[in-house]
Amino acid sequence: MEFLIEAFKKALFLIINLDREFLEIISLSLKVSISALIIASIFGIPLGAFLGMKKFPGRNVVIVFLNTGMGLPPVVVGLFLYMLFSRSGPLGFLYLLYTPTAMIIAQFVLAFPIVTALSQASITKVDPIIKLTAKTLGATPFQVALTIIKEARYGILAGVIAGLGRVMAEVGAILIVGGNIAGYTRVMTTTIALETDKGNFELALALGIILLTISFLINTTLYFIQKKGVPANIT
Amino acid sequence: MIWESLFSIVFLLFFFLVNLSFAERKILILATTTSVENSGLLEYLLPYFEKKTGIKVKVIARGTGAAIEMGKRGDADVVFVHAKELEIKAVKEGYFVNRKEVCYNDFIIVGPKSDPAKVRISKSVISAFKKIANTKALFVSRGDNSGTHFKELKIWNLVGINPKGESWYLEAGQGMEKTLFMANEKDAYTLTDRGTWLAVRDRLKYLTILFEGDPLLYNQYSVMVVNPKKHPHGNYKEAMKFINWITSTEGQKLIGSFRDKFGNQLFIPNAE
Repeated sequence: MEFLIEAFKKALFLIINLDREFLEIISLSLKVSISALIIASIFGIPLGAFLGMKKFPGRNVVIVFLNTGMGLPPVVVGLFLYMLFSRSGPLGFLYLLYTPTAMIIAQFVLAFPIVTALSQASITKVDPIIKLTAKTLGATPFQVALTIIKEARYGILAGVIAGLGRVMAEVGAILIVGGNIAGYTRVMTTTIALETDKGNFELALALGIILLTISFLINTTLYFIQKKGVPANIT
Repeated sequence: MIWESLFSIVFLLFFFLVNLSFAERKILILATTTSVENSGLLEYLLPYFEKKTGIKVKVIARGTGAAIEMGKRGDADVVFVHAKELEIKAVKEGYFVNRKEVCYNDFIIVGPKSDPAKVRISKSVISAFKKIANTKALFVSRGDNSGTHFKELKIWNLVGINPKGESWYLEAGQGMEKTLFMANEKDAYTLTDRGTWLAVRDRLKYLTILFEGDPLLYNQYSVMVVNPKKHPHGNYKEAMKFINWITSTEGQKLIGSFRDKFGNQLFIPNAE
């Protein structure tokens, strides 16, 4: 027990005295994860909406694939992208391996199925009356779609939150494609893994606490945005 | 309340039983470096030891720094590492006892075949490192407190350059194999132990050995036992048996006869 308490004490001390190196690590983490999430949302939400509103042959297959994608093991994604971006791989000429861009791509692959599948699910659940009402009021198909997406926005937001949780906590994929290079591709989770390996538990713990705090703040904000929508859905 | 405590008792009992079923035999925890583990040496040696003594050995592979930390915390019983200064320091601090040298091999500088820094024609490892720094050729460092990392830092220290933070100096923070893969991808130089290089070189088509043979690149492996006074619950007796065996004529002979899958001898026994 003493071991744990000592470690926590030292970790808190480290947090108070954060140096520039760690601030850079934190900012890179946020940059990579949030960029990946934004790109995943830009593609995922419209695709989810499309899947949620249109019936077409093969739709179920796509949905099953997306649901499977939600459980993609990060190391497998990392491995696949590594082989793709390696100098011996088909996209080696892009020199993307061991760059932050490669990390964003990896996290995009991980977040995209989550954002898409959860958007699709929440859009499918929108009351058909809303679609009908919009149509009767003379809305164009595009306006109808917008109305439905607006109605499902809180469910979509939940998908985005889940995607964020996935990428912020992830270490397997970015370690492989980013390489954990100090000052270049080293992020919070890979630093935690490295410092744990080195036996610097206090430092690893300090970063873990910071990571959790950031997640907590982001989720609090999103929760309050989401909460606003609840009464509207009930009435 | 009663139900809660009953539940927690059953819960703990369950884990206790699970634990028992795994702990039938004495298990010795050996913390070692990735270079030893990846070479396959222990896979080759341990069955002989286990057969002779009935002691099961569990191997955990980390960098040397981390392996020593594991021993200090009592999470390992014996360590098999390669950073002499660090080992002696840990013995002096009272964390380990009975440090014995076991075997050695050497470090080499590998790099891109084009050799932009002209490391190939260096007179010493110090001048080789100097050339890399002067030409700002990419260099991948382990950056993980491993024995290889300590050796590399020691050389930079002798060169009189602190490369940390330079744009040509990449700290990988990963094991030797991954560091080599990174150097291969990036056309970079790196310092590696010969064993790991030999084990993975068929997958490193852009790299080649550029410098070797400097006495400074000598790589001594040693074993030491966690001090039973610090961690009385450890397996001191079994750990001592392991050390005595690996430095015995039998253990030393086996180390000398070990070959990797390409038929190379990776470790030269030198226990006294």
